[in-house]
Amino acid sequence: MNAAPGISFAGKASIDGTALFAPITLKIPAHQWTCLLGPSGIGKSTVLRLIAGLETYVDFNGDIIASDAQPLTDRVAYMAQNDLLFPWLSVADNVAIGARLRGENPDTERAMKMIARVGLSGHEGKKPAALSGGQRQRVALARTLMENRPVILLDEPFSALDAKTRAEMQELAAELLVNRTVLLVTHDPAEAARLAHSGYVMQPDQLIPMDMPTTLPVRSIDDPQTITTQGALFHILRTGAQ
Amino acid sequence: MNWKHGIVSAVALIIVWQAVVIMTGVQSFILPSPLKVAKALWFYRDLIAEHAWITIVEVLLGMVIGAVLGILTAIHLATSAAARAILRPILVFSQAVPVFALAPILVLWFGYGIWSKIIMAVLIIYFPVTSAFFDGLMKTPAGYLDLAKTMGATRARTLWHIRFKSALPSLGSGLRLAAVYAPIGAVIGEWVGASKGLGYLMLLANGRVKIDLMFAALIVLAVLTVCLHLSVDILARKLAKDH
Repeated sequence: MNAAPGISFAGKASIDGTALFAPITLKIPAHQWTCLLGPSGIGKSTVLRLIAGLETYVDFNGDIIASDAQPLTDRVAYMAQNDLLFPWLSVADNVAIGARLRGENPDTERAMKMIARVGLSGHEGKKPAALSGGQRQRVALARTLMENRPVILLDEPFSALDAKTRAEMQELAAELLVNRTVLLVTHDPAEAARLAHSGYVMQPDQLIPMDMPTTLPVRSIDDPQTITTQGALFHILRTGAQ
Repeated sequence: MNWKHGIVSAVALIIVWQAVVIMTGVQSFILPSPLKVAKALWFYRDLIAEHAWITIVEVLLGMVIGAVLGILTAIHLATSAAARAILRPILVFSQAVPVFALAPILVLWFGYGIWSKIIMAVLIIYFPVTSAFFDGLMKTPAGYLDLAKTMGATRARTLWHIRFKSALPSLGSGLRLAAVYAPIGAVIGEWVGASKGLGYLMLLANGRVKIDLMFAALIVLAVLTVCLHLSVDILARKLAKDH
């Protein structure tokens, strides 16, 4: 993996002339987790998709620049709420799908290592349908690690999981994605309070910077600072102000 | 379809048939009894087998050629906006022409042999296969394509590994329809002009008032069609496995 760059996102987006979000500036520091928190429909996924270079159906007017001034294409990996596993492929083949899609030879040995790192050794030959929701998201994480990209874009990847599995996945992701530049889009204040080095609450007209705990992520769920931060974030989400 | 249920239904049908023949005293040149048909089936077994073989070849070749053409067209439509703009209206318009009405022309152009029937079967199944598979190819979950894009996938590999694979259940539905239509196409072709095949044999038997032979040919045709349905159903299930 090459050194992870920071990312600067500045611009505004509109759909058929109606503003989706006003000019905003989002600084995503290198090697850190940055969280974009906000209610559904506010455009936070659009920000992530713009950075990923995916289709968005909005008119975007602005700049997305990496700190090393190199293009971001081929340097991002993407994880969504849906695990996006191919049901007709085994766990191992799902993890190695990137190479196949690029016409490269899949590195099976490395795929096995990644599966082991997410704790799914012994499940390599199974089809996704035979796995639980949490296990499927682990496979998706292994697939993301397999891609070995410096920038990781997470679009509510844990929001469909039950509370226990979600907490486990958050810890696993934080451990395995360390030193990468991560943008986490979520609507869950608790997730943001646990995982982010820095973060913003997205409003239609602005980004409100979060006051994050002084401790480093991943933070314990019952840590007093985490709980305070979570409460403060929840307050901003509900009232739209600090 | 459960095998046992199928056999029970067939037996029940034969009993009802026999009962109708006995109770109404209908002449055997209108409706021969099952026993008489069974005798004809045995007596004419070589003749029926010879004609059945021709029909089988027509239907199977029609299915394979029609399915391959349908698959290729669907892929072409799914990958080229220009093809969609030009070909789709033609395809839809072509469905306004009843394919059966083309049978005499096909016989005129391709003769009394098997090819006019094969082409008839191809024409009749081409649209359902194309349409079902094209729909499947266009309905690839958007998330899969997003993932492929961030992974730097090539267009051809995205088509093969993702769009094609995720459209296989739709292809299965199209093939199921094809299995229903292909024998109809072949038999109508035989009715219009042929010197061989079960459809031809039925007409021949009818003309010579060998109604028992006509029914025997009909039953063989029905059994062949059911076998085709069952085989295609197994194939369609395989295609939809893991989806």
